Amino acid sequence: MLDSSAQTDRIAEILTAHRGLEGPLLPILHAIQAEYGHVPQAAIPQIAAALSLSKAEVHGVISFYHDFREAPAGRHVIKLCRAESCQTMGADAVAGRIKAALGIDWHETTPDGRVTLEPVFCLGLCACGPAAMVDGRLVGRCDETLVAEVSE
Amino acid sequence: MKIYIPLDSVAVALGADALVAALQAEADRRGVAVQIIRNGSRGMVWLEPLVEVVSDAGRLGFGPLTLADVPGLFGDLGAHPKALGLVEDLPWMKGQTRLTFARVGVIDPLSLDDYRAHGGFVGLDRAKAMSKAQIVAEVTDSGLRGRGGAGFPTGIKWKTVSEAAGDQKYIVCNADEGDSATFADRMLMEGDPFCLIEGMAIAGLACGATKGYVYLRSEYPVAVRVMNDAVRIAREAGVLGPHFDMEIRVGAGAYVCGEETSLLNSLEGKRGVVRAKPPLPALQGFMGRPTVVNNVISLASVPVIMEKGAAHYKDFGLGRSRGTIPLQIAGNVRFGGLYECAFGLTLGEIVNQIGGGTASGRPVKAVQVGGPLGAWFPPSLFDTPFGYEEFAGKDGLIGHAGLTIADDSTDMLAMARFAMEFCAIESCGKCTPCRVGAVRGVETIDRLARGDTSAIPILTDLCNTMKLGSLCALGGFTPYPVMSALTHFPDDFARSKEAAE
Repeated sequence: MLDSSAQTDRIAEILTAHRGLEGPLLPILHAIQAEYGHVPQAAIPQIAAALSLSKAEVHGVISFYHDFREAPAGRHVIKLCRAESCQTMGADAVAGRIKAALGIDWHETTPDGRVTLEPVFCLGLCACGPAAMVDGRLVGRCDETLVAEVSE
Repeated sequence: MKIYIPLDSVAVALGADALVAALQAEADRRGVAVQIIRNGSRGMVWLEPLVEVVSDAGRLGFGPLTLADVPGLFGDLGAHPKALGLVEDLPWMKGQTRLTFARVGVIDPLSLDDYRAHGGFVGLDRAKAMSKAQIVAEVTDSGLRGRGGAGFPTGIKWKTVSEAAGDQKYIVCNADEGDSATFADRMLMEGDPFCLIEGMAIAGLACGATKGYVYLRSEYPVAVRVMNDAVRIAREAGVLGPHFDMEIRVGAGAYVCGEETSLLNSLEGKRGVVRAKPPLPALQGFMGRPTVVNNVISLASVPVIMEKGAAHYKDFGLGRSRGTIPLQIAGNVRFGGLYECAFGLTLGEIVNQIGGGTASGRPVKAVQVGGPLGAWFPPSLFDTPFGYEEFAGKDGLIGHAGLTIADDSTDMLAMARFAMEFCAIESCGKCTPCRVGAVRGVETIDRLARGDTSAIPILTDLCNTMKLGSLCALGGFTPYPVMSALTHFPDDFARSKEAAE
């Protein structure tokens, strides 16, 4: 468990570091997620108070964007591009085989907490699809052998 | 020994970082001093990672390079199995008119000296000696239109902001390049970031804006890193400062934030919901103040226009599409990548001659031009010249000039369904035609897939409603891929009930 007072202090530091920015909420949420892997529920009232927003407004922003997580992901994250260019190179079939190999569907995490599988709509690798991002690392012309890269 | 290995996302995704390590290790083992420069990509994706070795004759290309090919770079270069010859002499490079992308792949992206040595800041220096109105006139005269997709004349937008009253104005760069088949913004930011910075600084001078933002999508981590480094370097060198400064802001995975008003809300820290227009962002944009919102390529084309003059730029192109356009040839294609040329090539020339047809070797079935909101073009329309009005005349659009090539194994009903599904996932939810229409669109296409042809008029009617009633291009243009698929590939929609069951 995270030490809640340490977390409160750290989030206060992040909020202070972003003071003076115009429209600071997205940079703040990115910084908090970089620190904790998700945006902890307890951070919401703290952010809201610092920015003079309601808790609902902060929650609304977090839930609007695909990137922000309200719970931690698996230890590894595979993002597979589902967009048109990758589809023309067989991305759907690759996704199907990866889902079967992991036994999970989009947005799910393996029961052992090892891998989360997420769709992404375009990594800008459209002339070398299917494209993927594995733990932040870009992969072109990918196939189901990606799964081996996240074995532990 | 001086070697270029791209830092571009494509090169990295195909193994460039491992090559750098292997090359350094091999050089150390042989006791050879090497200088490795991480450049942008030349845009020949099928040759990536494309490694260049500097020789007396020029830069020799080797690619696509694998780890096994590394030791050979220390032997007879002419005999290397991946030797391509002088990169500048490759047909793909020689056929282009590189104005906006002149430096991409050529220079060290983070070297100001390199940037200056290749014409950098000539345009900005010229702009500094001009009045606001003169800069605006120069950009207007060039005929430059918004390269993000809408095609609105850049100079007219600047004029509105320049003449608007306000003690604080902004230049916002839309780098939320979410369309499939597009990567020109990414390549420019990774390969020549100072060009974008220079373009924004010129826009700042023209409009009286002292602050700029680049709204850059989170799916582009390399571009985010390079742009942040470039802004820091430019600030240290005094290029950026109190007169004009800028920040890189990272998006959070919402496609709709590529729409300018949604982007502005996101930049302000709100949900990326579309705003009704008017008021125009030019008058009430970021924080309610006069704001230029321009695409990366629009802004990055300004330095060369200021350097070489409006007439030089305007001389390229056809009709009302002036200058050059960086085509992004993608999908199931043999020679994919970025190809900058004057407007006016036909779609067939782009797909078959430059792209070389499909990667699979099967016949081309359709090409989607302009991203997920663009129409699918069948080979019977391959005589369409590449231009804004020319594509609009064929019920399509050029958008951000991305082309997804699909072979004959593609099911166009599935592609139409995907367009509606994508719209449903990414809709911001503000307007009903988009929010509800996209969901009903998926259901209606599923009826067609089950052999219920009575759903065709319903789908047509629904698309009409979305087109006319949506607040922005997401709901308004999703009908393009759907209706073009239905119109040009009716056989894919005429499924017999028996077969479906």
